[in-house]
Parts: sequence; structure tokens; C-alpha cells
Amino acid sequence: MLEAIRVIEGKAAPLKLDNVDTDQIIPAEFLKILSKKGLGRYCFYRWRYNEDGSLKRDFILNDPRYSDASILIAGRNFGIGSSRENAVWALQDLGIRCVIAPSFGDIFYVNSIKNMLLCIKLPEEEVKMLQELAERETLVLKIDLEKNTIEFKDNIIRFEMNNVVRERFLQGLDEIELTLKNHIERIKKYEENMPGFMIPKPRRFVPY
Amino acid sequence: MAGRSIFDKIWEIHTVYEKEDGETLLYVDRHLTHEVTSPMAFEGLREKNRRVRRPDLTFAVTDHNVPTTDRLKPIRDELSAKQIAALERNTRDFGITLFDLYSPYQGIVHVIGPELGLTIPGITLVCGDSHTSTHGALGALAFGIGTSEGEHVLATQTLWLKKPRKMLITLDGKLSEGVTAKDVILWIIRNIGTGGGIGYIVEYDGEAIRRMNVEERMTLCNMAIEGGARTAIISPDEQVFNYVKGRPYAPADDEWGEALEYWKKIVSDPDAEYHKIIRFSVNKLEPQVTWGTNPAMTLGVSEEIPDPKDFDDPDERHAIERALDYMGLRPGTKITDIGVDVVFIGSCTNGRLTDLLDAARVALGRKVMHNVRAFVVPGSQLTKRTAERLGLHRIFIDAGFEWRNPGCSMCIAMNEDRLKPGERSASTSNRNFENRQGPGGRTHLVSPLMAAAAAVYGRFVDVRELDLPSREEVLEHAGGY
Ligand code: SF4
Repeated sequence: MLEAIRVIEGKAAPLKLDNVDTDQIIPAEFLKILSKKGLGRYCFYRWRYNEDGSLKRDFILNDPRYSDASILIAGRNFGIGSSRENAVWALQDLGIRCVIAPSFGDIFYVNSIKNMLLCIKLPEEEVKMLQELAERETLVLKIDLEKNTIEFKDNIIRFEMNNVVRERFLQGLDEIELTLKNHIERIKKYEENMPGFMIPKPRRFVPY
Repeated sequence: MAGRSIFDKIWEIHTVYEKEDGETLLYVDRHLTHEVTSPMAFEGLREKNRRVRRPDLTFAVTDHNVPTTDRLKPIRDELSAKQIAALERNTRDFGITLFDLYSPYQGIVHVIGPELGLTIPGITLVCGDSHTSTHGALGALAFGIGTSEGEHVLATQTLWLKKPRKMLITLDGKLSEGVTAKDVILWIIRNIGTGGGIGYIVEYDGEAIRRMNVEERMTLCNMAIEGGARTAIISPDEQVFNYVKGRPYAPADDEWGEALEYWKKIVSDPDAEYHKIIRFSVNKLEPQVTWGTNPAMTLGVSEEIPDPKDFDDPDERHAIERALDYMGLRPGTKITDIGVDVVFIGSCTNGRLTDLLDAARVALGRKVMHNVRAFVVPGSQLTKRTAERLGLHRIFIDAGFEWRNPGCSMCIAMNEDRLKPGERSASTSNRNFENRQGPGGRTHLVSPLMAAAAAVYGRFVDVRELDLPSREEVLEHAGGY
């Protein structure tokens, strides 16, 4: 069962790159692991590790200042590319609870919500401002989902969020259970009216 | 009342319930699954003691992990073997049809859907894979989904979606000889950017589309998502109906007529409305080659590598510098001066018969350069066997290409087919992301014609300058049996 989330408070790390694709968030070779847990160590694998297994010094999340960051401030189109939900699981296992960016890949955004990884879209100027702040000094953000606000120091930024998404976080619902409970009769009725040709039947073997 | 697009019509027909805020519960006619993104969805079902609602609408195939070499040997990679075994167990436990490693129908999920007649016009189709947009080429509304969404579909046969906005891309004109659907889509992404389609469903139409065969349209739909689009779709026409007819799972007998009637009704009305309309002419398009680390970093074959100094926006400059560094390229280098080590012809973008035929146009009577490793990985067993029946494999083997078994192979490098660090490839796949084809590998995305030519010359060449036989001449020459 997913737990409801009202407030996320944590340290922010700036990831100043556009078009970070899910292949970078978790490389394909680690998609073979049959578990959601423990993927954090493979998150951003090629950016974090050298060939010899040592840590790359220049990667932002390897900077000890950000080792306990739980909020990622990213660039445009974060999470584009492959549909792999493992990208979300890996970020969460790394301790990330929220990603702030000007825009997100569509499937990544949906995957995140389903797993209660909060994705917040902010205008580019605000994202840049937060990134710069987080670079200069320790930046702790308090994200309030009831008030739709991000608080830091003496500032407040408001963000917009689809109500459906917000409710999901505030209530932590099991979506499958809800669909089955509220809509099963409608689904059954739909199925009764489905034309026969919509249902695939193996008619013949075509050996070519 | 304004006309409606194919998307509006399919959406409406499949709406089970719509909330006030627009969130819609959509019925799913086909759910395709594969070994990599499905295991946790089935685990989720087990934990809650749930069943698969419609096993008869759900199909599974092993494609991402599988070796493309000898299938009779055990799979060496232990984790891949485990994942494949998990899919076998899951499909058995939940009563789902599986096209396993040895099935005559095995292949890349987006190749076998249309090929088996599982994908037909007017249906909704989902798969735990971003390139599910491919199926839109037949006039199906197809969405790539994540694992949690997949679990929801398994349990309820429905999916919650917010209606995307509609973008129409009209392609006028006629492609020059040597320029293909792959060049068109790379060029579109170059123009709209990797995020240009975010939030949209793209519909293609226009003279250039109507000239394309169904497989070429699949290439175009396949990569729409690399421009950020939620999916892509094309109104079906006679070509599509002919393509579907007689396929193993396609409607047949008295159901065929009924299906046809429905399919003709769902095409876009001429006065359909869109949130955004883009019009391109393809007349002057040249073959395209990606030079960087996302598919929007694309150039025409006659162009030169950009210089970061020419860009004012610091982010853009930084992105180009970073890409050049990763790709090991210098500003000002001509595309045709870039040499390649490996050539990969395959994937759900370009692993169909049309693509193999195109590659064979170049391979016929030529030899792969001695220092290039080149392989052809047909998208499916059916494609492979058809190519063999036509004799295409002999053209490739004679030219020095390896002729492999179907799978995703070097598109995602989850099996043993991959680049070594620093190696450079000409690839017909869809992603040139860092490390996509193996750690440190450098990928240039191109059409099958361009890839095969790169194998022969050991560098990129402008295929328009080559003297190539037509597809028909290749078939005649191959003279299958
Ligand atoms: S061929 Fe590549 S893009 Fe297509 S399904 Fe396989 S891994 Fe995905």
C-alpha cells in the first residue's frame, strides 16, 4: 500500500542538464533485476562511476554536499525516452522523493505519480534560480501539497498541479482497487457490446 | 459540428467512463507484453491475489533480452535467462499466449503485433514499451505505458488517461530516390526537438504518407515518441486493409466485412480540428544522420558537425560540447568523413521486410569493408523466414553481413550484441543516447540504405550518389523459391 504524502521536506541537488533520458537514469543492463528495491546503486550508473568502478568526481550527486539530497532540480524534458519504470524505482531507492523541472517525459511523469515520486513543473526561470541557489549553499525545500507551495528560507513559490494527481498523493490510493470497485459494471457492459471482430482469434497458421 | 479526427473517434468509442476533470477510463483491446517491463506487474497481481481480466486480449513475447545467435544453446546470461523464465511462468499461471524463443511467431513486440494481425485499425493497444506508437501506422490508438499502468490493464483491461492534445503533421511532396521514412522522421524530430511533441498525439497525413507502404509508415510512427509525443496515428486506407487481410489473428470470414465497415468510419474527417498543425514538404529532403546523443541532434548527409561557438544560449552550447565530447567528433567535420566500426540493421524502427529489402539494394554485388562488423537482425521470425524464402539472406551473407535471429539486439544492448567503448556505429534503431548500444559506444542513427552503404564504404556516404537497383530488381535477382 502506498502511503499518503502531504509534505516533502529535504535537501535539493541541482542537475543542470536538459533531455536526461531514462537510459541514463538506469542503463538497460540493470533492467534484468527482478526487484524494485536496491536499484539506487545503479541510478545514473555511467555518470557516477568510472570504468574501474571508482566514483566520478565531477558528477553532481557524487558531491558529498548532496549525498543526502531528496529533491532533484533538473533541466528540460527530464525522463524522456524509454518507458522503463525502473527509472522511477531507482531514483526512489536513491532517496529522491521529488523532481522539479520545466518539463518531463510523458511516460516518466505518469510512472512517477503511480509510485508517489512527486514531479513538479515550474517555469524555467524559477528552476534555474533554484538550481543556482542549491549550487551556492545548502538549499532545503519544503513542498506542501495541500497548499501547492515550495517554501525555502523566506521565500514561497507556488506551483500548479492537476487535482487528480494531488489527490493521489494526499490519499495514497490503490488505483486498481478503486477502478474495480467503482467501474466494474461499466467495464462489463462495455465488454458485452464489443463487436466480435475486436477479439483476436488464431484463424490459421501462415507459414509464408 | 466540427469534424473529428481518427483519434477523437477511437477515444470516444473506447471511453468507459469520463470524470468531470477529463480523466478518462479507456478500454484496452490489446495488451502486448514482453519479458523486461512485465515481471513486477505480475508480481503485483500475485501479491493482491488478482487475476488477469482478459487473457484473450493479452499477448506476450520474448524479445529484449534474447540472444540473436544460435537459439539451441542455453542462454549464457543468467539474469536474462531468469527474466525469460519469469515471463514463461507468468504467462502460464495467468493463461496468456506467449510467443517464446522457439515460436515461429517470435520477434520484436512492435514487429509481430501488425505482422500477426493482432494490431488492426480502430483498436486501442498498449504495451510496456515506449515505441508502442509504431502500431498507430495501422490506425490503432496505441500507448506506451509503464509497469504500474500495465498492472492496472492486466487487472481491469482499462487504463486511466488524460486526453492528449492533437497535433497534425502534414507531409507534402515526394521523397527523392535514396531518401526514406527514417530520414523523414529524423528530420521532423530535428525540427520540433526532443520535447516538441510532449503532451500531444501526432497524426500524420499528406501526399508523402499516402505514398508510403504500411511498413514505412510504421517507421514514422515508431519514432514519433523521440520527439516527445505521447503516440502517433495515421488514418488507415486501402493499403492498410490489404496489409491486414489474411494475417493469422486478423478478422476473417464474415467478421472481415464488419471490421472493414468499422475501419472506414473511423478515419479523420477532412474538417477535423487540431491544437497544432505543422506542414512540411519532403521534396528537398536529403538523407539524415544523427551526430549527437539524442535524436534531435541530426544533420543532412551534406552538412558539417556544428560548432558550439556559434550558439548563444549557454545551455545549448554546453549540450553540444558535451555531445561532441561523448561522440569524439570535432566541429566542422563533414558527415561523410566520419568512419564507422559497426553497422546494425534491425530494431522495431527498421527491422521489417521493406527495410531488409532497402539494405539489400546496397548490399547486392558489394562487400562489407574489411574493418567493419555488420549485422542484419530481422525484426521477427516471420520476417526472417520471408526474407530467406525470397533469397535476401544470400545477398547479405555474400556481402559479408552476419544474418542473425530476431530480437531487439543492439538497439538496447541487453543481450551480447553491443558496441565496445569508443566504437562507432551506423544503426537503423531509434536511440543514440549515451551508452545505449553498450558502454562508451557512439551511435549514429540512419536509414537502412545509409547503414548498408556505411558498411560497404566504412564511412557515411550519400546514398543518392550510388547506383542502386530498385526493390523489385533486388527481388528478381534474389530469385527465392
Ligand atoms: S527494438 Fe529497441 S526500441 Fe524496439 S522494442 Fe526493442 S529495445 Fe525497444
